[in-house]
Amino acid sequence: MTETSDLTFEQAFAELERVVAQLESGDLTLEQSLALFERGTALARLCERRLDEAEQKVAQLSVAPDGTPAFSSFREAE
Amino acid sequence: MVQTVPLLSLTTGFVTCHPLRYSYRTQRTPDHGDILGRSMPFYTVSQLTQYIKNLFESDPELQDLWVEGEVSNCMRSAAGHIYFTLKDPAAELRCALWRSQVPGLEHMPANGEAVLAHGRASVYEARGTYQLYVDQVIARGTGMLFLQFQMLKERLQHEGLFAAERKRTLPPFPRRLGVVTSPKGAAIRDILNVLARRYPLAEVIVAPTAVQGEEAPPQIVAAIEALNAHTDAEVLIVARGGGSLEELWAFNDERVARAIFASRIPVISGVGHETDYTIADFVADVRAPTPSAAAEMAVPDQEHLRGVLVRYRGDLAQALRRCLAASRTKTGHVLALLARLSPRAMLDRRRQRLDELQQRMTRTQTHRLDLLGGQMVGLVLRLQTLNPESTLKRGYAIASRRDTGAVVSRVAQVSSGDCIDVRVSDGQFTGTVD
Repeated sequence: MTETSDLTFEQAFAELERVVAQLESGDLTLEQSLALFERGTALARLCERRLDEAEQKVAQLSVAPDGTPAFSSFREAE
Repeated sequence: MVQTVPLLSLTTGFVTCHPLRYSYRTQRTPDHGDILGRSMPFYTVSQLTQYIKNLFESDPELQDLWVEGEVSNCMRSAAGHIYFTLKDPAAELRCALWRSQVPGLEHMPANGEAVLAHGRASVYEARGTYQLYVDQVIARGTGMLFLQFQMLKERLQHEGLFAAERKRTLPPFPRRLGVVTSPKGAAIRDILNVLARRYPLAEVIVAPTAVQGEEAPPQIVAAIEALNAHTDAEVLIVARGGGSLEELWAFNDERVARAIFASRIPVISGVGHETDYTIADFVADVRAPTPSAAAEMAVPDQEHLRGVLVRYRGDLAQALRRCLAASRTKTGHVLALLARLSPRAMLDRRRQRLDELQQRMTRTQTHRLDLLGGQMVGLVLRLQTLNPESTLKRGYAIASRRDTGAVVSRVAQVSSGDCIDVRVSDGQFTGTVD
């Protein structure tokens, strides 16, 4: 199982959906269901933290006449 | 800028009739009559007019055409139909526009205006005139743009650039977005605001371009291509704020349409206002009515996501409770099973079994003894009948030799002078054999 901290929001969210479905399907040992519950809770917490901490990043792409791309931070033109 | 479009000017000849097209022999039924002493065919006015009308209506060219001219004598009848004349320096054309067509008009014709009218040419029998039955009017100028737009739209549609089956679905959680628009103005600000509010997790890469004027289409094309070539953006927003038809024109450019079509990354278009439709909108994977709406469609809303996360947490807790309850029930069953299998229970059961066996044994023994008792009584009785004493009582005696103790049952066993004991019922005495 991947450490939750290594997951992207998308991966964590998708896994959370699977964990919820799996835990709801039943037919698990007590250990399995406890492990799934813990995993799911950690994933939900991670997703929430990712949203809390997110800060929009905006870059600007420009291409030189010779075709070389350059990324810079975006500033709205006057 | 404006392309040449095939339209009919009143003075340019367009009749490219094929003789076969006019072979209405079956409908040409002139009467014959005596004319100047000779039998000649002649038509009634209605017959000839009907014949000419058939000529018009059998020519497909005349059933679907655009005519350019200046509007004059425009009037609206009490019934709501509109009649006008289209003219150019050398000719005039009567036009009729039925009330039912008015709501769909791109432009309401007015006297003195240069317009393009679309419709079919036919004959109005009652007046013996031919006229254009108009179903669309567009103003010359913007009207030309409209016509150009219509033609490009039809061509690209025919080529499959708008096909529903090639529309791609947008990723639910894009990590990176490309934005092709002007670096100044409301559009980029609105887009960035919406993205920051809804889903700040997505990184935005702006590829700034001009969005109007001659230089806009090649710049928009280059920006779309650059984002495809140099970034791993998962969605592109191609946008421009509201403006006049001419200002939005870059988004009706064929080069832009083809760049959107060729984009590996799905494209959301957000050009102008709700009511503006551009070619870019038709080619894009998703059409948004405005730049802000395009940003909204590009990313999920974190408010919604937070709600979903809370719900999932609840679902997890509830599912765990159910699992625990199920385990408890299962444990209950196991405990009952264990109790049944425990050593104490085994001992208890064995003790009970022993008890049962003992009881059964005792019962069997008693029974057997009872039986034996009965048998013994019988035997005693039988023994009693066999007791020699009872024979003695009846007067018999038993003699036995004194020396050997042998019972004398035959004469030969004794000789004269032998001592014998004689037993009778109440005792014995001794005698000697003579």
